[in-house]
Amino acid sequence: MALTKKTLHEISDLLNKKEVTVQEVTQSVIDQIDAVENKTQAYLKLETEQALETARTLDETLKSRDRKNVLEGIPYGLKDNMCTKGILTTCASKMLYNFIPPYDAHVYERLMVDGGILLGKTNMDEFAMGSSTENSAYQVTKNPWDLSKVPGGSSGGSAVAVAADMAYFSLGSDTGGSIRQPASFCGVVGLKPTYGLVSRYGLVAFASSLDQIGPFTKDVEDCALVLNAIAGHDKKDSTSLNIDKKDYTVGLKDGVKGMKIGVAKAFFGQGLLPEVRQKLEEAIALYKEMGAEIVDVSFEYLDYALSAYYMISSAEASSNLARYDGIRYGFRAEEFDGLVDLYRKTRSQGFGSEVKRRIMLGTYALSSGYYDAYYKKAMQVRTLIKTDFDEVFKNCDVLLTPTSPTTAFGIGEKTSNPLEMYLSDIYTVPVNIAGIPGISIPCGLDQQGLPIGMQLLGSVLSEEKLLQAAWAFENESGYKNMKAPLGEEA
Amino acid sequence: MEYEIVIGMEIHVELQTKSKIFCSCPTEFGQDENTHVCPICLGMPGVLPVLNEKVVEYATMAGLALNCEIAHFSKMDRKNYFYPDLPKAYQTSQFDLPICTGGLVEIEVDGVKKDIGITRIHIEEDAGKLLHESADGSLVDVNRCGVPLIEIVTEPDMRSAEEARVFAEKVRNILEYTGVSDCKMQEGSMRFDVNLSIMEKGAKEYGTRTEMKNLNSFRSLVRAVAYESKRQIIELKKGHRIIQETRKWDDTKGVSSSLRSKEEAHDYRYFPEPDLVPIVLDEAYIEAMKKALPELPEAKKTRYIEEYQLPEYDAGVLTASGVTARFFEETVALYNEPKQISNWLMVEVPPLLKELELSMEEIPLKPTQLAELLELVKDGTISGSIGKKVLSDVFKTGQNPKVIVEKEGLAQMSDTGELEGIIEEIVKNQPKSIEDIKAGNEKAYGFLTGQVMKATKGQANPQVANEIIRKVVAKYL
Repeated sequence: MALTKKTLHEISDLLNKKEVTVQEVTQSVIDQIDAVENKTQAYLKLETEQALETARTLDETLKSRDRKNVLEGIPYGLKDNMCTKGILTTCASKMLYNFIPPYDAHVYERLMVDGGILLGKTNMDEFAMGSSTENSAYQVTKNPWDLSKVPGGSSGGSAVAVAADMAYFSLGSDTGGSIRQPASFCGVVGLKPTYGLVSRYGLVAFASSLDQIGPFTKDVEDCALVLNAIAGHDKKDSTSLNIDKKDYTVGLKDGVKGMKIGVAKAFFGQGLLPEVRQKLEEAIALYKEMGAEIVDVSFEYLDYALSAYYMISSAEASSNLARYDGIRYGFRAEEFDGLVDLYRKTRSQGFGSEVKRRIMLGTYALSSGYYDAYYKKAMQVRTLIKTDFDEVFKNCDVLLTPTSPTTAFGIGEKTSNPLEMYLSDIYTVPVNIAGIPGISIPCGLDQQGLPIGMQLLGSVLSEEKLLQAAWAFENESGYKNMKAPLGEEA
Repeated sequence: MEYEIVIGMEIHVELQTKSKIFCSCPTEFGQDENTHVCPICLGMPGVLPVLNEKVVEYATMAGLALNCEIAHFSKMDRKNYFYPDLPKAYQTSQFDLPICTGGLVEIEVDGVKKDIGITRIHIEEDAGKLLHESADGSLVDVNRCGVPLIEIVTEPDMRSAEEARVFAEKVRNILEYTGVSDCKMQEGSMRFDVNLSIMEKGAKEYGTRTEMKNLNSFRSLVRAVAYESKRQIIELKKGHRIIQETRKWDDTKGVSSSLRSKEEAHDYRYFPEPDLVPIVLDEAYIEAMKKALPELPEAKKTRYIEEYQLPEYDAGVLTASGVTARFFEETVALYNEPKQISNWLMVEVPPLLKELELSMEEIPLKPTQLAELLELVKDGTISGSIGKKVLSDVFKTGQNPKVIVEKEGLAQMSDTGELEGIIEEIVKNQPKSIEDIKAGNEKAYGFLTGQVMKATKGQANPQVANEIIRKVVAKYL
């Protein structure tokens, strides 16, 4: 099997045994990028030369010592909303077309310390707003399972980089499903950790109270390994949880015997594709076979989650994105007449239409006279949904749901209907509202051969349990490190 | 018709923390433009704020000193508006749950005591500064961005410019005492916004108010209140209605003018700051802050009267500024003559400060030097009037009084041997005085003493000189 097709932990084993060099590993991924990237367009900016240079230096060092940890020498991709000192960080927006941060995101720092090798910055929906990566100001990323389909979003580039073997893992950010939904569409593993588990320092904010960074990997074990590297307290992020570091691989393979897996009607409602439903039912049956107990659970307020999400996330975004005014960095309109005109023209020309839609929505929701009816109401709904989840997790360990109601849809299919696009996140959004962790793993293919994703949810800081349940399914079902046809061709 | 002026105030006070409210940049005033900045106070993409604990501590102390309730739970909010001096396009402040509420400050004007209510005190960050210095446009200095502030909001309890001034001075004095701010108005560490309306005397409902922003001295506060109240009364007398608006005070011209009306007012779209966690303070924390609070002006004044037996007037003057009080106490610790120290501090020190154009904060005299000087006067080494000259020299040279006295040869001549010689010489040359004394004219002794003082340039100890004169004269009788 080609090196690129292997998982992170398999490559790590080979490196430990010195059967391959870091340069061979890095070169093979770069060769894969050269072969397929022109079709997928997952990366906005490649740093392959630097990656090879780092690999060369590391190989020299590794002649005299063992690898210090599992990520050392492993090539990866980073979503372009995470700051990288000296490397362009655009958030796929024209607004930041020339922005080179003078500082690193906390997660990037951690991966550097561990010795990971950055291959490049991946494409995304502008400022992480979108569900298809079509809102990028620069390029449309294609789904490697079918190039006419979207990869999902907003972290579409990071999902495709892993799905098409152009990185052993990548990081994305998830505000309403932006890791899990593209993971589902691309047939890879994607985890949104508990809010506060991974530092947001250096992640360009979309909606601060919902944003969370997490990994895309080829299998569940890799997911645990990357989480080990990026999770943990950071004093630069006040919302980062001050808890001890954990090893998420401990207990990973303990199985699901006796585990209570919840299933809720609310997650199997209208708009759910029958094929998706069928695969989910098969998954439930498999869990039962493996000794898990399936329990019915119910929600009272879940129907309001999507509306509350769009109020809260847009309100925060309207404030977070106000700093892009053309004064200090980034894009500035060429011609303007006075200060107000500078603001207007810069922001009109610098932002794409989805970003402008959210800014307007959020500004409206916070305006005097509307605040109580929209923002405040949405915050109340948020509390109710949290309570809903608290109740549910009294009766089960893990909640099993579809990740998205459908499989990957066609490029251009939903761009003219934002509301329909928003529905793609109906099962992922409540998770961010509640601040709990969620993982998406593949659970089969539809008739078109497109991946279907299953979502497992747990209470705050239950990542170990989620990974344990996910690993058991992955191992038993065989839906593990599935290869996209594009990858096969290459 | 008789009118009544109704005044409420918002006071912005910069807290004297070493670093800014959300980052580690220094807060130092008067540095080169844009040298105290970092990605955080520049609001660059992806950075996050971390609340400086010292800010919470200082805000709590300020609240306690102004008799406020300290909230066990408060939070930061975002106040959104676009302006080039605000890099994030929002000011992180506190909206509906401020850290302090419901305080009061007692003031006294013309012997009448009155409580002024404090509605709330909240924490916020300062903005940068626009420098309008080029024809091509304005420049931005971001150094002040993120300097921590508290905003003190009062009830509309003041009824005259004088009350407003006394209140503002009292607040300044109290905050200066607590050490939470240096309250330097010339550096913008303390700024006043005045809300003012006019109503018929005795009316129950307030009139429409206007707001004047950023008054930065007590003088401009008083002048702005006087001008604006007069303007409103004239408008009302003309039968016009007062328009609710923000007005700009022009201190040079001495007039206020409309800046923006209520309709043009910003909609700040406040909402909870999601990048920060709520401020939760338990009773133990608040108690600890209470203990850390230094003695405040009122208590100090009472103690001065009781402990040092100072007149109320002296105690009031000495405690009116924390710096003066501290100076006084340090001197008393070295030289236990409170009333004498008080006299020198109240009478001799102010003209010297004025001459050198210095404030009490910048006084070149040290408590040790004042104590040393008063000892020299007390033990007769120098006279009181020489003492004043020495004090002036200490101000100008910074040298210790003993050094000055020695160098300048200012010590009183009590050496009887040396004095005897001088006196013998004088008496010999004044036969007229001997005659007068023989004739029973005692005044001649006074004349001789005067001659001795003249000959010794005032350094002779008058008492000692007198005794010797009588001894020498006796030889001629």
